[in-house]
Amino acid sequence: MDAQAQKAVFTVERAGEKLVLRLSGVWKLGCGLPDIKEIENLPVEGEGYKSITFDTSGIVGWDSGLMTFLIKVLRFCQTNDIQFDQASLSQDLSSLLSLSQAVPEKEGLGEADSRGNYFHRLGKVSIGKYEEMMASVSFVGECFQSVLGLLKGRRPFRWRDFYLVVQEVGFDALPIVALISFLVGLIISFLGAVVLQRFGADVYVSYLVAYGMLREMGALMTGIIMAGRTGAAFAAQIGSMKVTEEIDALRTLGISPIDFIVLPRMLALFLMMPLLSIYAAIIGMFSGMLISNIMMDIAFPIFLNGMKEAVALPDFFLGVFKGTVFGVIVAVSGCLKGMRCGDSADAVGLAATSAVVTGITFIIISNAMIDWVAAIYGM
Amino acid sequence: MNANQNGNVHIEVRGLEMAYGDFVVMRDLNFKVLHGEVVVIMGGSGCGKSTLLRHLIGLRSPSKGDILYDNESFVQSSEEEKLRKLRSFGVLYQGGALWSSMTLAENIILPLEEYTNLTPSEISDVVSYKLSLVGLAGFEGFYPSEISGGMRKRAGLARAMALDPEILYFDEPSAGLDPISSSRLDDLILQLRDSLGSTVVVVTHELQSIFDIADKAVFLDVEKRTMTAYGNPNDMLRDPPNDNVRRFLTRDSGTD
Ligand SMILES: Nc1ncnc2c1ncn2[C@@H]1O[C@H](COP(=O)(O)OP(=O)(O)OP(=O)(O)O)[C@@H](O)[C@H]1O
Ligand SMILES: [Mg+2]
Repeated sequence: MDAQAQKAVFTVERAGEKLVLRLSGVWKLGCGLPDIKEIENLPVEGEGYKSITFDTSGIVGWDSGLMTFLIKVLRFCQTNDIQFDQASLSQDLSSLLSLSQAVPEKEGLGEADSRGNYFHRLGKVSIGKYEEMMASVSFVGECFQSVLGLLKGRRPFRWRDFYLVVQEVGFDALPIVALISFLVGLIISFLGAVVLQRFGADVYVSYLVAYGMLREMGALMTGIIMAGRTGAAFAAQIGSMKVTEEIDALRTLGISPIDFIVLPRMLALFLMMPLLSIYAAIIGMFSGMLISNIMMDIAFPIFLNGMKEAVALPDFFLGVFKGTVFGVIVAVSGCLKGMRCGDSADAVGLAATSAVVTGITFIIISNAMIDWVAAIYGM
Repeated sequence: MNANQNGNVHIEVRGLEMAYGDFVVMRDLNFKVLHGEVVVIMGGSGCGKSTLLRHLIGLRSPSKGDILYDNESFVQSSEEEKLRKLRSFGVLYQGGALWSSMTLAENIILPLEEYTNLTPSEISDVVSYKLSLVGLAGFEGFYPSEISGGMRKRAGLARAMALDPEILYFDEPSAGLDPISSSRLDDLILQLRDSLGSTVVVVTHELQSIFDIADKAVFLDVEKRTMTAYGNPNDMLRDPPNDNVRRFLTRDSGTD
C-alpha cells in the first residue's frame, strides 16, 4: 500500500434519500486526520437527504481519532434533524459510540466563568471579595471567642498539640532567625560605617545598630521569616485537613476546629514570637558589634557603652510588642487561609501562597502604624 | 436507643432541595426513617449521595426544605441543640477522614475523651474492642498514612462507632474492601442495629449489600434530579417503580 492510500480520507456520495460517507485509510490521532470542520460544510437540510450512512470498509486502522470524528458527525445530525445510521458502522465502532452517548452531558456547567458581560463579572468579583472579607472578620471573632472561652476555663485545650507547635515555631526556627538577623545586623552596621565615617561620627554606629535592631528589624525580620515559614505551613496543614474532610470529621463530633486546631497554633506563636524577636535583636546587635570592630576599629566596651546610652527600656518593649502583634498576624492569616481553603490539592497551594502574602502585607502595614503611634506619643 | 422507640420516626426529610451555588443537585426529596431501620441511599455516581449525607449531618444547609430528627427541625435549631444532636451521630466519610496527625488509637480516643468520663484503661479497652470489630486489632499505634485505603476506611468506621451513636452514617463503607471484609461489614451493621438499636443510613453501590441489609432504600435519579423510588429494595426489584431503578438494581447499562 502506498502512502497515499494510508492517509485518512472521506468522500461524500448521494444515494437517493441517503448521504453516504465513505471512510478509508488510517484514522489515527497524529496521522493527519481530515479537517473536522469539513463536517460543517456538509450539505444540510432541504437538499433532499434524510440520513447519513457510513461505509467503513476502507478503514485499515483507527483509534480515538475516528471516534471524535464520528461524534462530531453525530452532533451535526442531531442539530440538523438528520438520521444517523449507526447500524452501518462496524460493531466495535457502534458500541463505543453508544457508550460515549449513554450518559447525557451535564447541563449548566463549565460556562459559569465565561457567562455575563463585564459588569456582571465585576459584580461577581466584588461580591466574592465582600464575602471573603466578612468571613475573615467572623473568623477573627471566632478566634477571639475561643480565646475568651479558654481564659474562662470553659474549653478543653490541646496541650500536646500546643507543645508540638511551640517546638515547630520556636525551637526549630532558631537557626534561620539567627542567620537572617546576623546578616541584617551586619548590613546595618556596614551602612553605618559607610555613612557615619564621612561625618566622623563612627561611634554612633552602636546607636544605629541597637536602635534599628530593637525597635524595627528584630521583630520585622522575624515576622517576615515566620510568615513564610510558619504561616504557609499552617495554611497548608489546615488546608489539607479540609480537603481530606478531617475538619468535617471534627465538626460532626461537635468539636470546634477553632478550639482544636487554630487555638494551639495561635497561642504558640503569641508566646514564641516575642521571644524570637528578642533573640533576633540580640544576634543582630552582636553581629553589628563584630562588624564595627572589624571595619571601624570600635572596641567592644565602647560599642556597648554607646548602646547603653542610645537605647532604653521602651525601645525594647516596643520591639517585643511588635513581635507579639506580628505573631498574631501570622497565626491568624495562616489559619484563616487554611480554613477557607477549597476542596482540591491545588487549593492548598493557593492557600499557602495567600497566607504568606497576606501575612507579610499586614505585618508591614501594622509596623508602620505602630511606629506612627509611637512617634506621636514620643516613644 | 431502646426497643420501645422502634416504629417511631427518627429522621424525616421534607421537601429538601440541595444546591451548590446556582447548581441544584437534587430537589424535592421526601422520606422518613424509623428508629432502628437500615436505610440505603443509592444512585449513580455523582448524583448527590454524599451531598445528601452532608445535609443530614448539618455540614451544609439546604436551599429549601427541612430535616427533622425525632420530629424536631434540625435545620432551624440553635447551635447548641445542633451540637447536642451531633453527639448522637457517628459518621464515616467517603475517604475515611482520619486525623492524620494522630494514631488510629488516638483517633478513637478523641471522641471518648471529649464526651465520656472513662478512665484511661477503660478507654484503651474500648479502643482495642472497636478496632477488633473492624478487623484491625493490633493496629493501635499506626498512623493513617501507614495503612492501606481499605484499612483507613475500616478505622474510620471504628471511630464512627466509638460513642455507640444513635444514628450511624456511612458513606460507601465497602468501597475498596475485599468481598469477605465487605460481607463482614454488612454483618457488623446489622449487629449494631440489633444490639444497640442504632438507626443506620448507608450510601452504597454494592448491590449485594443493598439487598442484604437495607430495610428501605432511597433511589436518587441523576437525570430527574430527584428521588424516584423509596421502599424495600427486594420489592423494588420484584416490581420496579421505574426503568432507571430496574436498570440500577439489575446492572443493566442499556447499551446493548
Ligand atoms: N463542593 C462542590 N461544589 C460544587 N459542586 C459540587 C461540590 N461537591 C459536589 N458537587 C457536585 O454535586 C454533585 C453530587 O456530588 P456528590 O459528591 O454528592 O456525588 P455522589 O453521589 O456522592 O457521587 P459518588 O458516588 O461518586 O461519591 C456532583 O455532580 C458534583 O459535581
Ligand atoms: Mg460520594
